[in-house]
Amino acid sequence: MEDKILLAHGSGGKLSHDLIESFLPDLANPILDRLDDSAVFEASGRLAFTTDSYTVNPIFFPGGDIGRLAVCGTVNDLSMSGAGPLYLSLSFIIEEGLPVAELKNILNSIREAADEAGVKIVTGDTKVVNQGTADKLFINTAGVGILPEGVDISASNARPGDIIIVSGNIGDHGIAVLSQREGLEFKVPVPSDCAPLNRLVAEMLTESSNIHCLRDPTRGGLATTLNDFATQSNIGINLEEDKVPVDKAVLAACELLGFDPLYIANEGKLVAVVAPADAERILDRMKQNKYGNRAAIIGDVVNVHPGQVVMKTSLGASRIVDMPVGELLPRIC
Amino acid sequence: MKFVEEYRDPELGKKLLERIHRRSHKPARLMEFCGGHTVAIFKHGIRQLLPGNIEMLSGPGCPVCVTASADLDRAIALADLPDVIVTSFGDMVRVPGSRSSLQQIKAEGADVRIVYSVQDALGIARGNPDKSVIFIGIGFETTAPTIAASVLQAEQEGINNYYVLSLHKVCPPIMKALLDLGEVRLDGIVCPGHVSAIIGSYPYQFIPDDYNIACAISGFEPLDILLAVDMLVEQIESGQPKIEIAYRRGVRPEGNVQAIRLMETVFEPAEANWRGIGTVPSSGLQFRPQYEKFDAGKQFDISPGPALEPKGCICGSILRGVSTPLECKLFRKTCTPENPVGPCMVSAEGSCATYYHYGDSHGR
Amino acid sequence: MCLAIPALIKSINGYQAEVDIEGVTREISLQLTPEAEVGDYVLLHTGYAISIIDPAEAEETLKLLRELSEAS
Repeated sequence: MEDKILLAHGSGGKLSHDLIESFLPDLANPILDRLDDSAVFEASGRLAFTTDSYTVNPIFFPGGDIGRLAVCGTVNDLSMSGAGPLYLSLSFIIEEGLPVAELKNILNSIREAADEAGVKIVTGDTKVVNQGTADKLFINTAGVGILPEGVDISASNARPGDIIIVSGNIGDHGIAVLSQREGLEFKVPVPSDCAPLNRLVAEMLTESSNIHCLRDPTRGGLATTLNDFATQSNIGINLEEDKVPVDKAVLAACELLGFDPLYIANEGKLVAVVAPADAERILDRMKQNKYGNRAAIIGDVVNVHPGQVVMKTSLGASRIVDMPVGELLPRIC
Repeated sequence: MKFVEEYRDPELGKKLLERIHRRSHKPARLMEFCGGHTVAIFKHGIRQLLPGNIEMLSGPGCPVCVTASADLDRAIALADLPDVIVTSFGDMVRVPGSRSSLQQIKAEGADVRIVYSVQDALGIARGNPDKSVIFIGIGFETTAPTIAASVLQAEQEGINNYYVLSLHKVCPPIMKALLDLGEVRLDGIVCPGHVSAIIGSYPYQFIPDDYNIACAISGFEPLDILLAVDMLVEQIESGQPKIEIAYRRGVRPEGNVQAIRLMETVFEPAEANWRGIGTVPSSGLQFRPQYEKFDAGKQFDISPGPALEPKGCICGSILRGVSTPLECKLFRKTCTPENPVGPCMVSAEGSCATYYHYGDSHGR
Repeated sequence: MCLAIPALIKSINGYQAEVDIEGVTREISLQLTPEAEVGDYVLLHTGYAISIIDPAEAEETLKLLRELSEAS
């Protein structure tokens, strides 16, 4: 095998065939191994279906890479509707010149993440594009899962009185990725939190059927997710600054660059809006899972200031937590 | 975080607020000069918690907000030149100039890179000897010495493809100009903490001496700001204005002598164009003749076109403390963070952006 | 208007220093504070130390804050 991906690897001929053959052992499962044009499987019940594309730069970062991100992101999208994820599709758009060794490492991460989540990659595609027309590697996925009976989780289901729980420290992923960017060289001891949350969600659902909303606060961070809930459910959210868990190194990195951790992406966390009677129970159950061990109650849903998220500051005043605008840029002032 | 968390103690904060409520009787119109203070005050909800006789006004201490359209147009025109890499702090990238922005011109193919430190810009110059690397120099006296240090370092290392567009401004002259304009009657000024770490407290002496206005140099944590407000209240109640340092762990009366020396080695005072205020003598920094070879303004031939200020934008009077964003007809309607008309909305510490993000419709 | 945060100097090499802020590390310049030493806390602004934090003054300020809060 060549050591760099060439245009020919995407053209369908022998080189393409060789490349795919080299992927297969990493992802092997009976459906994929048939290598038919479509993956054929049986599924019954209510299905959840999601798609996503991953263009993260850099493609390797502390705690993960674009491959792990792709699997976890898709698994999590399905989990946030309460579905048990089953099958994923995986589509690569590779920039000519990408070292094969890097692709192999990414495939390895994909396999590990898929194994951990218990999902199978059942169909895929590979394209190679000219240098400069893709940033090293883009990944697109789609995912299918099955919703257990009676599960109805939606951003529009929040009700006044509900309790808001976050599954752990916020801001880890965004800061880990930023620390690798040119011009911002700093080292953070906290890696990306990129992780599949399907088992955590399944455990929460066995504990209570009164989980109203679930979302993983990815781009735009916790603030965006809470604003989405407030808007879609037409309720107000009260948040307590002191209760939001943030790792002190992540907080320090945010202070350094002029960021607010509420707006930084997370890839292994979820926010849940639950009925008040079940909140403590759900919280305790979450803490028993390694991806929920720093879970905390951070606020509640109210029937005032609909559509707005208001945060009580440590001094006891309140201020609005708005949606972020555009890309977060580091600042000196 | 050491030297930070201790100054966020909510119990001490509440007690200090109680004390301010007890001791403040006279009307006190205070200007927080610095954009960073405006943000901190909103973030912690301090405005809401102060007694009604204390009014807080934002000032022009936002380097981004006060950068004139014409100057931003020059930065954008430089980015458009062939074989040029423009490096900038993130703050400037989205600010609209007359026709474009650094972000926009980057999307159109210009090589514009965001850096955290001017040292990174020097690194880019070292790594790209066949290109001209231009750093957009914004900031007050906190930042100008770092830019000066980078120029001296470039000279020492023989880096000959590094340039700076100096849009730096200095504080005491603009404070004087604002007070001379006489548009707003001020009782006290919360002075910028990090500018003061460089210039010390002596440069502000003219404010209590000649204008009878109370001054306190403040840090940025809630207790720092409340301490400064408490000091100002005491000065106002006793009728004895002076310049006090509330941020003693970072600011010495003589400032940072080495930093001032570096700044004065490379730069000299010059007239500067302040958005919404106009030209103010000796309020900016230009390269001294012996460092002109680093001056992007002199070394490159650009014609940025006529400067246009956006219609209806009252950033100018907001920066002078004459109006608040709530009085602007465009605020929240046509001027929003997604669609900013003026720099006060784009800059993360601009008054308008701060009111929009943190305050309710009463700006509290 | 100028973001600066306290950072602990871990090691110095000429005018460059390695600092630690709650576990975040970065190389910075001491050109503005050449007298800074390992173990000092400095105010870090855009990759330069702009001032050495005086721990005695920091403590004095805390004391003052406590006194003011007690006084009636």
